[in-house]
Amino acid sequence: MRKSINELQDEVINEFAIFEDWMDKYEYLIDLGKELPLIDEAKKSEDRLIHGCQSRVWVDAQISDGMLVFTADSEAIITKGIISLLIRILSNQTPENIVKSELYFIGKIGLQEHLSPTRANGLTGMINRLKSEALKQLTP
Amino acid sequence: MKSFDVVQVRKDFPILQEKVNGKPLIYFDNGASSQKPQRVIDRVSAYYEHEHSNVHRGVHFLSNQATLAYEAARARIAAFLNASSPQEIIFTKGTTDAINTVAFSFGETMHPGDEILITGMEHHSNIVPWQMLCERRGCILKVLPVLENGTLDISKLDHLLSEKTKLVSVVHVSNSLGTVNPVKEIIVKAHGMGAKVLLDAAQSVQHLPVDVQNLDCDFLAFGGHKIFAPTGIGVLYGKKELMESLPPYQGGGDMIEHVTFEKTTYNTLPLKFEAGTPNICGVLALAEAIDYLSSIDPLGAFRHEKELGSYLRDSMREIPKIRFIGEAPDTCSTLSFLIGDLHPFDVGTLLDQQGIAVRTGHHCTQPLMEQFKIPGTVRASLAFYNTREEIDEFVKALQRSIQILS
Repeated sequence: MRKSINELQDEVINEFAIFEDWMDKYEYLIDLGKELPLIDEAKKSEDRLIHGCQSRVWVDAQISDGMLVFTADSEAIITKGIISLLIRILSNQTPENIVKSELYFIGKIGLQEHLSPTRANGLTGMINRLKSEALKQLTP
Repeated sequence: MKSFDVVQVRKDFPILQEKVNGKPLIYFDNGASSQKPQRVIDRVSAYYEHEHSNVHRGVHFLSNQATLAYEAARARIAAFLNASSPQEIIFTKGTTDAINTVAFSFGETMHPGDEILITGMEHHSNIVPWQMLCERRGCILKVLPVLENGTLDISKLDHLLSEKTKLVSVVHVSNSLGTVNPVKEIIVKAHGMGAKVLLDAAQSVQHLPVDVQNLDCDFLAFGGHKIFAPTGIGVLYGKKELMESLPPYQGGGDMIEHVTFEKTTYNTLPLKFEAGTPNICGVLALAEAIDYLSSIDPLGAFRHEKELGSYLRDSMREIPKIRFIGEAPDTCSTLSFLIGDLHPFDVGTLLDQQGIAVRTGHHCTQPLMEQFKIPGTVRASLAFYNTREEIDEFVKALQRSIQILS
C-alpha cells in the first residue's frame, strides 16, 4: 500500500524530532539531498528551472500509471535536501492528491526559520512548481 | 571630540544586543544596510511625537518648524559632502532614485549616438537606468572592463572616452568586491573630454571622507540606510549650474513656481527636483545619523574598519580552498569569497544558524559575477561597530559550516 502524503509528512516530522541540535538537522537534510532522485543531465533546461532560488533548481515531472513522478537537482546542497524532502512527500502520488495537499510538515521539523516560504531558499517556487506540474495533468 | 572607542560605540546600537538562533548577533551585512544608533531612532520618534507637519507651504507654527528643520538638515548634508551650497543637495528615496533622476533629467539633454560610460563592476542600479535611457534616446552604453584582481582596467579609459562621451557614471566603492576606485583620476580624464561624471557613493560615504569639491564630480548619489539612517531617504548632489540647466524629473507639488492649464513654471533649486511631500522624517534622521558619525571620531572609525578589513582577510587565508573574489590593493572593509565548490547559499544558511548575518548571491552585480564565472559569492561587509572578536567567531563558524557541508 502506497503511503499517503500526510503519512509521509508525519514520517518526516518524526525523523526530525530525534535531532535536538540544528547541526544534526542540517546534516540529516544534507544526507536526504544525496537520496534525491536526480534529473537527467539532458533535462536541465531553462523550462525546468525554478526561478527565485539563490541556487539553480531543476525539476522534471513524468506521469506513470496515474502517478506523478518527480526528479530534480540543485547546485546547493541544502537546497537539494529541501527539494528531496518535498519530492519524497509528493512524488508517486496522484495529481489530484498533490494539488489538494497541505504541506504542514515545514513548520514542524524545527527548521522553520529556514524553510519559511518567504526566504531566498525558493521553497515557495518549488512547491508551486510541483503543484503546477500536477495541475497540468488535470487540465486537458 | 573623544577618540573612537568601539566598546562605547557598540552601546549606541541597540540591535547589536539581539540574539539570532540563540547566538549573539554578528552583523556582517552592512553593505546591504547598516544598523541605526539610538540617536537616530529617537530622532524619528521625536519628530512624530512633537514636530510633524508638512513642509514649505504652511503658515502655522508646526509647519514652519518642520520647514526650518528640513532645510537645516539639507545644510548639514551639504556640509558633510562639502558642497558649495545647500541648493546642490536634492533629497531622493535612495541611491537608485538619485541615479534615475540623473538618467532622466540629464538624459533629456542627450542625443542619438551620445555615449555613457560605466564600469564592469556597477550595481544594477547604475546599469539599468542607463540602458533605459539608451533605449529612450538612442544613446550608447560603454563599459570600462574589470581586471582579474577586481580593479578597473584604467589603461582602457583613454580609449573608451571620446567627444561622444556625455556622462561617466562610476561606482566609488564596489559593493561586491570592496574595491575603492581611482575616481579622481577618472573624473579628471572625463572632464578633459567634456563629459560629466556621476559618482555612485552608496558604499563610500560611510567608509571614507568624501568631498565633492575636491573630487570635482558633477553628480553624486548615496542612500541613507547604509549610513546609519532609515530606509527610503537618499541624496543626489549636483553642481548648481548644471542642475539649474536640467529639466525636472517628476512633476507635482513643491517643484512648481506657478501652474496654469496652459503652462507651468518650475521652482528653483533644490525644490525643482523634489516633487511631492518629501520624506521629512527621513531627512531629519539622515542629518542626525551624520551628526552621530561626526561625534564618534569618523577618521578613527574609518581606521578601525580598515584594520578590521585586513584582519578579516588575513584570518580567512588559513581556510583551505578559500578564494577571494577581488584582491584590489585598496579596499573597504568588504570581503567577497568562495570556498572550494561550496555554494554561497549553503555557506550563508549555516552561518545564519550560528547567528551571523552575511549576504550571499550576485549582490545585484550579475555582469561582474558572469565575468568571474561564479554563481555569486559570500560577502562579509563590516562597519565600525564590528570587532576582532566577532571576526574570530565568524572564522570559527565558517569552519564549522565547511565541516557540515563537506
